[in-house]
Amino acid sequence: MAGKPKLYYTKGRGKMESIRWLLAAAGVEFEEEFIEKKEDLEKLRNGGFLLFQQVPMVEMDGMKMVQTRAILSYIAAKYNLYGKDLKERAWIDMYVEGTTDLMGMMLYLPFQSGDVKEKNLALVIERAATRYFPVYEKALKDHGHDYLVGNKLSWADVHLLEAILAVEEYKPDILSAFPVLQAFKGRTSNIPTIKKFLQPGSQRKPPADEKFIANVKKIFDM
Amino acid sequence: MPGKPRLTYFNGRGRMEPVRWLLAAAGVEFEEIFLETKEQYEMLIKDGSLLFQQVPLVEMDGMKMVQTRAILSYIAGKYNLYGNDLKERALIDMYVEGIADLMQMILIFPFSPPEAKEKNLDSLKERATNRYFPVFEKVLKEHGQDFLVGNKFSWADVQLIEAILAVEEKIPAVLSGFPQLQAFKIRMSNMPTIKKFLQLGSPRKPPPDECYIETVLKILK
Repeated sequence: MAGKPKLYYTKGRGKMESIRWLLAAAGVEFEEEFIEKKEDLEKLRNGGFLLFQQVPMVEMDGMKMVQTRAILSYIAAKYNLYGKDLKERAWIDMYVEGTTDLMGMMLYLPFQSGDVKEKNLALVIERAATRYFPVYEKALKDHGHDYLVGNKLSWADVHLLEAILAVEEYKPDILSAFPVLQAFKGRTSNIPTIKKFLQPGSQRKPPADEKFIANVKKIFDM
Repeated sequence: MPGKPRLTYFNGRGRMEPVRWLLAAAGVEFEEIFLETKEQYEMLIKDGSLLFQQVPLVEMDGMKMVQTRAILSYIAGKYNLYGNDLKERALIDMYVEGIADLMQMILIFPFSPPEAKEKNLDSLKERATNRYFPVFEKVLKEHGQDFLVGNKFSWADVQLIEAILAVEEKIPAVLSGFPQLQAFKIRMSNMPTIKKFLQLGSPRKPPPDECYIETVLKILK
């Protein structure tokens, strides 16, 4: 039965947020079932819903998909956001793996505090400014196109915008040395599906707060 | 100039080993450059060869590819080891990602402090026997075919045989509760390209030793 994709996760960003972004950018409506307590997770596990006992899980096209990258790759390919051939796909993959590494560094920041958090945050900013953003700045500058790969919107662009906004939440002026990325951010944010996702009332999740963190720790025994 | 793929990495398994496995399984010959000094590594960064200043690096088909998953996906796609359609690709991706999570535990093992090693070994055993191997045992049992996806040899099979052998090096009896995986291991090991890769003198790298760990720490510090 072809219905909307259904996302199973906690009611926060975590590893599911990139999936929400990509579906939204592709103009695909989706439903969400939120894990609010440990029993919800256990029910999914005991019901055999989770291949490796983990979320994210996305029910889509008759599959119960797990593993964030597998889910994202499937969505990208299905909705023509994965380039037109193997080489474009390789470039998209390389770019996405970079932004994944960067966002991966930020994933656990809300769970940290004090000196550890400060040190890790400083590393995120340093990596964003010296390892990651310069790459995308140069890629866009070199070919002068609106999009990273093949002169067409792809998963790489959606993921880059998500990463830029995520870092900006910690350091609002992170793009000050990256004029091409500033223009990219402006353009990409105005793509109708993405613009809609960035408005209040969309399924985009807010940054994690204390209460949410405490609950996640309980659910996942962290 | 279409030549053999050229791999640049430390002279050891690390994150490049799955790439060696996949190229070998596909019957593709490749060359290797080994990083031995910090200067070599800094030269690579300086001449712009490393997109994110990291290895693995695989030069292939006119591209300087980085990021292990991007490299592996490209090789799988190019050599028809990625299934017949989107859904098979999704299954292969799911299986490969699960195995990668398991392999990650082995990857960091040599770099963990001595006092953590026993605990990490227990975690590895627990995850292998309770979370990952049961999944593949069940998949193989349920469809009764030789390969994990689509009744055809794929990247997922290569990744699984690599993982089985790697875990067995640390926990020799780990497959004792998994008869399907035992049979799978024998079948895969006997496939001509894989059999060749498992023989002495192949590009397969040995388990990490002190020298390897020292080199990595020296170069990446």
